[in-house]
Amino acid sequence: MSDAAKPRRFTLFWATLALVTTLYVGFILALLFATAGHSSPEQFIAALRSPEIQRAIQLSLATCTAAAMLSLLLAVPIGYLLARGRFWGKPLVEALLDLPIVLPPMVVGLCLLIFFQTPIGRALETVVPFTYTVYGVVLAQCVIGTALAVRTMRGTFEHIPERPEQVAMTLGCTRAEAVWRVTLPAARSGMFAAASVAWARSLGEFGPILVFAGATRMKTEVLPTTIWLELSIGNLGAAVAVSLLMMVLAVLVLVAVRCVGQRP
Amino acid sequence: MIALEHLYCRAGDFQLADINLSIAAGQYGVLMGPTGCGKTTLLEMMCGLRHPDQGRVFINGNDVTALPPGHRGIGYVPQDAALFPTMPVAEQIGFALRVRRRPADEIRARVETLAAQLSLTHLLHRLPQDLSGGERQRVALGRSLAAQPSVLLLDEPLSALDESTREEMAALLRQTQRRHALTVLHVTHSRQEAARLADTLFRLEAGRVQETPLTALQGG
Repeated sequence: MSDAAKPRRFTLFWATLALVTTLYVGFILALLFATAGHSSPEQFIAALRSPEIQRAIQLSLATCTAAAMLSLLLAVPIGYLLARGRFWGKPLVEALLDLPIVLPPMVVGLCLLIFFQTPIGRALETVVPFTYTVYGVVLAQCVIGTALAVRTMRGTFEHIPERPEQVAMTLGCTRAEAVWRVTLPAARSGMFAAASVAWARSLGEFGPILVFAGATRMKTEVLPTTIWLELSIGNLGAAVAVSLLMMVLAVLVLVAVRCVGQRP
Repeated sequence: MIALEHLYCRAGDFQLADINLSIAAGQYGVLMGPTGCGKTTLLEMMCGLRHPDQGRVFINGNDVTALPPGHRGIGYVPQDAALFPTMPVAEQIGFALRVRRRPADEIRARVETLAAQLSLTHLLHRLPQDLSGGERQRVALGRSLAAQPSVLLLDEPLSALDESTREEMAALLRQTQRRHALTVLHVTHSRQEAARLADTLFRLEAGRVQETPLTALQGG
């Protein structure tokens, strides 16, 4: 057994850390069980059988997957540039990229809505209509998902040494080829983590979607919208059932990220 | 043949000034100098991974200063080998030929030959994480030789090895240099390594390179 894998002596220090962790994890579990206890299996199944909720599930899964893929496509080059590049104004670029995480979600939705009223926005809408459409749902999810995916990819590239890439260049690769052949294969688990984080965050996105894409049943209704709509008509059972479903999906994604991240 | 003419470079805390160095074809040059004096930076300029502020780099009489790294005909073995983390040994050695889109038969034959010369045949399917320090250095050496460079640059290739492996690796470096008729520049701060391998000795101190007689390695 390696030194790192040996169990540590259970001193007061470790006991204190374990206590704090146990209390907080216990609180999260209490939230999960309280929510689960508020719904019966019958209510859960009835909610899942509703055509509106089924449509919302399908739309959520499809838009989250599209948004996660788009986020990853943007996050790989941006993350690489931030990790390896040195350029004037880098702190400003970093701050702007983080802005969607810091801004209140409603503000992101409002910004999107206003942008697509400008001449550039209108011109874009002649190609792809975003406002109050499914494309708008994907865009709203993507804006915040990308900010998180960029952070993950930047960290991934910072942890991959640059020297092998440089050796590949001495062996005949261009920089782009070296990244493609050497660095990206080494960044696979980071790319999976970035896409998963973007996917999970997109699943829970509500504010910008409500403002920018609307909450039209059977059209732009995703799972968080369903919870809001069901709560607004007093159908707590259905809202809890959908919440439980989202919890299960979130836990599955987080466990998958941890498992892939720990793979040697 | 390697020649550096009036090379200048400012990097971090140090400056390399008016670096002149020449190693005749087929010679084994050793460059010594204290840690952090710019030895790796000098190799990077020769490889094309860093641009000098002034001066020129010649390989076999050709000015390669403006050429990209892969067009200079140089093999580079960096410190700690810097193997490609996801590739098994056979793919590492065949990498330069795959990039050049050589036929699969030629790549296989070249990998087998180099693997036999460097005692890597039994390791061809292993990943870098499953190799010892000496094995990693041998793979890095094989990878750098696949495209048949005329010049080999070695950045402290023996520094991370234990004593017995270091002896074996030093013998292998000499043997490889002769077999492939390579012009070598080997960077080290070990006097023993320099005494064992050098045909020509250089010292890099205070930002300048000076050729030093091999007799300077004897005693103290």
